Amino acid sequence: MNEPAFTLKATGRLRRRQLVNQGMGALAAGAALLAVAVLAIVVISVGSRGAGSLNLAFFTQNQAQGFNPKGGGVLFAIVGSVVLVGIATLIALPLGVLVAVYVSELAPPRLARVARMALDISNGIPTIVIGIFVFTILVAAHGQSALAGSIALAIIMLPLIARATEEVLLLVPSSQREASLALGVSRWRTTVQVVIPSALGGILTGTTLAIARVAGETAPLLFLTSLGTSSTADANPLHPLQSLTLVIFSYSDQADPAYQSKAWAAAFTLMCFVLVTSLAAKLALARYRKKLGG
Amino acid sequence: MDKKSVLERTRGRLDRIGDPALKAITFAAAALAVTVLGLIAFELVRGSRLAFHRFGLGFVTSQTWDAIHNQFGALSLIFGTAVTSILAIAIATPLAIAIALFLTELAPKPVRALLGALVEMLAAIPSVILGLWGILVLGPFVQNQLEPFLNSTLGFLPFFRGPHSGTGILTAILILTIMVVPIVASVTRELFATVPPELREGALALGATRWEMVRGVLLPAARPGIFAAVALGFGRAVGEAMAVLMVIGSQIGIHLSLFAHSDTLAARIAGQYNGSSTNLQTSSLVYLATILLVISLAVNIGAQLLIKPIDRRPRRRRIALDRAFEAQGLSAD
Repeated sequence: MNEPAFTLKATGRLRRRQLVNQGMGALAAGAALLAVAVLAIVVISVGSRGAGSLNLAFFTQNQAQGFNPKGGGVLFAIVGSVVLVGIATLIALPLGVLVAVYVSELAPPRLARVARMALDISNGIPTIVIGIFVFTILVAAHGQSALAGSIALAIIMLPLIARATEEVLLLVPSSQREASLALGVSRWRTTVQVVIPSALGGILTGTTLAIARVAGETAPLLFLTSLGTSSTADANPLHPLQSLTLVIFSYSDQADPAYQSKAWAAAFTLMCFVLVTSLAAKLALARYRKKLGG
Repeated sequence: MDKKSVLERTRGRLDRIGDPALKAITFAAAALAVTVLGLIAFELVRGSRLAFHRFGLGFVTSQTWDAIHNQFGALSLIFGTAVTSILAIAIATPLAIAIALFLTELAPKPVRALLGALVEMLAAIPSVILGLWGILVLGPFVQNQLEPFLNSTLGFLPFFRGPHSGTGILTAILILTIMVVPIVASVTRELFATVPPELREGALALGATRWEMVRGVLLPAARPGIFAAVALGFGRAVGEAMAVLMVIGSQIGIHLSLFAHSDTLAARIAGQYNGSSTNLQTSSLVYLATILLVISLAVNIGAQLLIKPIDRRPRRRRIALDRAFEAQGLSAD
């Protein structure tokens, strides 16, 4: 038999194009792999160093007195973080929902655009700048307090909650609003009793994401609430309180390895909280979107 | 029953004041959000007045930062910020685009969502944790492996000379790259997903390979959005304080070497504000914050204007904008 005149094997130019194609595909896969590998390395190195130092005392005791950095725990910082983030949420959640209702339900389009742009711009402001702002308006005159820290965190949360809420308000079918209005129900009752309940799931998951985000904030807290004591767990928002993030920062440059291992343990605790809550909120949000969209 | 009384019964007094009240309350909340933005700018300018009167615009071109002699200038901090952010975004952009391509074009369907979520988790790690990791894990690696390697292969360039150190510009660049990649990647990914399928199918049907389709159709269609994503990532890198503060070595001075210690605007503010001894120093730090605010406003507004012309179909545009917003809101400083 003769050799076939054409083979199905690509040669010349076509071969080169295919090789380039495969090469680029490999590079893209490599980049994705690299990102996942970096995540794995960070999580594993924090996990392996942090998990070992976790024990009951770490969560239930304050810093041990005297020269005993091995004992004690970071209860004061956990309490401080809860207070800081809790008050910030109490401020930012209602405000954020109100802003979102205005922007998506009531505002004339031009004002809505201005408000939306302001939210986007606030979201891009470095958080350290927000810290300086709160310092100049509050701390310079009244001294450090957890409340000042909470206000900074609330300023960071507000655009996050408002935009997340706006997005779910837009997903609420307009037929629901129209049905309510057609029954003669007033606008505000429609908003409060029909639209917001229907969007509530989305609003809460958006808030959870914002909580996971500000729980990791350190920079704005540095000069607003970092002078708190580490020997008592205090929940008074008018006192300066420590947070987990501040503890990670201040323990990280201590020469004593006992402090470093506490920093790792605090980092591990915070990382678990942030990753688990944000992942859960993302999943819930995706399901919620599907439910309203479908 | 006359008409008025029907209305009277179905709409109680509460309803008549309810509508305007809701409108007023929500308007007040929105006005507050806008006002805070203006107030931030106002307070920063006010707080930096003392330093502005003393140093004027020369603050920006002066290198000294000397608390003992009360001489302050931002040049070396601006240099440090520019070098770390620009190099980080330069490394991060191709990586992020490649990741986005893999996630939208190549990865098997079931893996896509998982991989996308993992990349976003990288963004969700608080920067103080990345900083801790940078000091204790990445730093030693940079000092003992990466810097000797760079020095021996590229040491003829002035950028890769000098004493090896775990803290410095190079470590800061690597940490910033890790923070910025997921932000750029998740915006870019969404942009690729909004390119109409007819376009890519058309290219493939004409016999283009997948890469040719990406280069000829996907990248040009998403280009303005990618610029915007890069701008947002750059803004994030510029404003990053904690992680950079922890790994950069906090030193004033302009050096060509990437191994050298340095400092950035944000890191200097975070590092010195509590220990500031004089009003002039505090005011100088607020001046730095004002410079930072101006840069971040310019970058953010620029990014928004860039996203605008991508797609005139409002829904697509909104999705891209929302996505950019969400990605930016992921990581805590």
